[in-house]
Amino acid sequence: MTEAMLAPPRSPWRDAGVRLLRNRAAVVSIMVLAVIAAACILVPSFSQWPLDEVDWSNIQTGPSAQHLLGTDGNGRDLFVRIFYGGRISLTLGLAATLVAVVIGVAWGATAGYIGGAVDGLMMRAVDVLYALPFMFFVILLMVFFGRDVVLMFVALGAVSWLDMARIVRGQTLTLKRREFVRAAHAMGARPIAVVARHIVPNLLGPVAVFATLTVPRVILFESLLSFLGLGVQEPMTSWGVLISEGARAMESSPWMLLFPALILAATLFCLNFIGDGLRDALDPRDH
Amino acid sequence: MFSYTLRRLAGAVPTVFVIITIAFFMIRLAPGGPFDQERSVPPEIQANLARAYHLDEPLGQQYLRYLGDILQGDFGPSFRYKDFTVTELLVEGFPVSLQLGLAAMTIAVMVGFAAGAYAALRRNSAIDVATMSIAMTGIAVPNFVVAPLLTLALGVWLGLLPVGGWGGIDHAILPIIALALPEIAFVARLTRGSMLEVLRADFVRTARAKGLSERAMVVRHALQAAALPVLSFLGPTTAAVITGSIVIEQIFGIPGIGRYFVQGALNRDYTLVMGVVIFYAVIIIAFNLLVDLLYPLFDPRVRHD
Repeated sequence: MTEAMLAPPRSPWRDAGVRLLRNRAAVVSIMVLAVIAAACILVPSFSQWPLDEVDWSNIQTGPSAQHLLGTDGNGRDLFVRIFYGGRISLTLGLAATLVAVVIGVAWGATAGYIGGAVDGLMMRAVDVLYALPFMFFVILLMVFFGRDVVLMFVALGAVSWLDMARIVRGQTLTLKRREFVRAAHAMGARPIAVVARHIVPNLLGPVAVFATLTVPRVILFESLLSFLGLGVQEPMTSWGVLISEGARAMESSPWMLLFPALILAATLFCLNFIGDGLRDALDPRDH
Repeated sequence: MFSYTLRRLAGAVPTVFVIITIAFFMIRLAPGGPFDQERSVPPEIQANLARAYHLDEPLGQQYLRYLGDILQGDFGPSFRYKDFTVTELLVEGFPVSLQLGLAAMTIAVMVGFAAGAYAALRRNSAIDVATMSIAMTGIAVPNFVVAPLLTLALGVWLGLLPVGGWGGIDHAILPIIALALPEIAFVARLTRGSMLEVLRADFVRTARAKGLSERAMVVRHALQAAALPVLSFLGPTTAAVITGSIVIEQIFGIPGIGRYFVQGALNRDYTLVMGVVIFYAVIIIAFNLLVDLLYPLFDPRVRHD
């Protein structure tokens, strides 16, 4: 017997993990993202400057020893505000993605598994929703909801599940013809048990990839709404709000635009690289 | 072909209907009304205003009235721009948005395709890595971040271009770049992927085997095949450029349709918002249909019957 045959059995997930760790861009992205996330959690809690304290001697001043990234037009510390905004943006991104994953997986798996007329009807509904110009509706929703943060993430999640439903349905269609699913049927498993125990666990790969790529999309969407003045409101802040304030003050105080823009860009970059890396790791076929 | 077109058009009708319905009730059920920002007027005048715009009728009746008007091509009067009908505003703003969008789309497709194809031909070279990194930036960094940064660099610091407003060509450059960048990035990545696949295809091997020069093979065989996914991506691109233009017009203060939408939503200008939503929805649907209809011309394997 050779060494290889004696090695402990390797799960596909472990294989994927090894491949992911070999992807330099993805590994660097994970580390950078971890630092940003840690800063978002820690900085607002431990900084000497509270979120909305006005430093009267430093109104709209550039980076200094006291204020690492300068202050805004109201003399508030930008370093704290950026990472506080990050809390909001990241939380919204994750929460909305979770909503999208739950709805998308349930919808897609049901449609794909039942098939026939139910499938046709459910996917037709997705098609119709797909054709709607969603930005418009989210903007209208925000006007309608009175710019409430909690409802904003529900809205963002509710419009992001369509792709997920399509991907999951496609996968389910192939999965349900596989031998192990037939075997489960033959052994008398109930349909719900088959979906929960055999179909959904095998969907996790594509779902994980897609979820990673949904987070930056939602963050981007949130920032966009906030940028237009339709999202997060004072005294809270988010990256979109900071960028929009910065864009208005850029001629006199470019740091107000540059720092939030850079950190948002870095986060989106990392999430995209991690998503790409995950996809390559879980699906080793050449892209 | 003809029946396919008919079927697609028939399929588009319920979609537009759903869009109109959702948008109508969403904006009507929102708190606040179009005349909130006026100085306080006596209740009789308010009642008169409401009656003039049929706002005193039950919502269902207003909805039916609106559907009837739409069928006759009448989008109604704007609530905020008192002397204009929504149709007039759309007609006025559309050429501006169209110029912006078309320029951005053209640039996106041409630059993106060239960059992606070139990167694929020089796979793993420094140029390939550089192109794909830039493309990743274009995808990751949203245009409302790119636009102010470009303005800061080219407008404020270097003073090369005006920072906002609308007039000559120089006013259009920054908005067009900001609008085109993410689409350039998408097209480049898409083209690179499909080109890499095409370069492994049998017909390319045949072309090489029969002694065709690399250049002739690329120009005559590979590029055409690699362009197909880009073509089918044109529909989503249009939608993206349209939504992008809402933001870009807002940032640069460009008098197009996109700006009406945001202003209209904030001002509860019911008819204007509805008009923009319907107008853009129809454009997106029409463009998708057009792309699907033209597709068989470029890819004979696809036939609509």
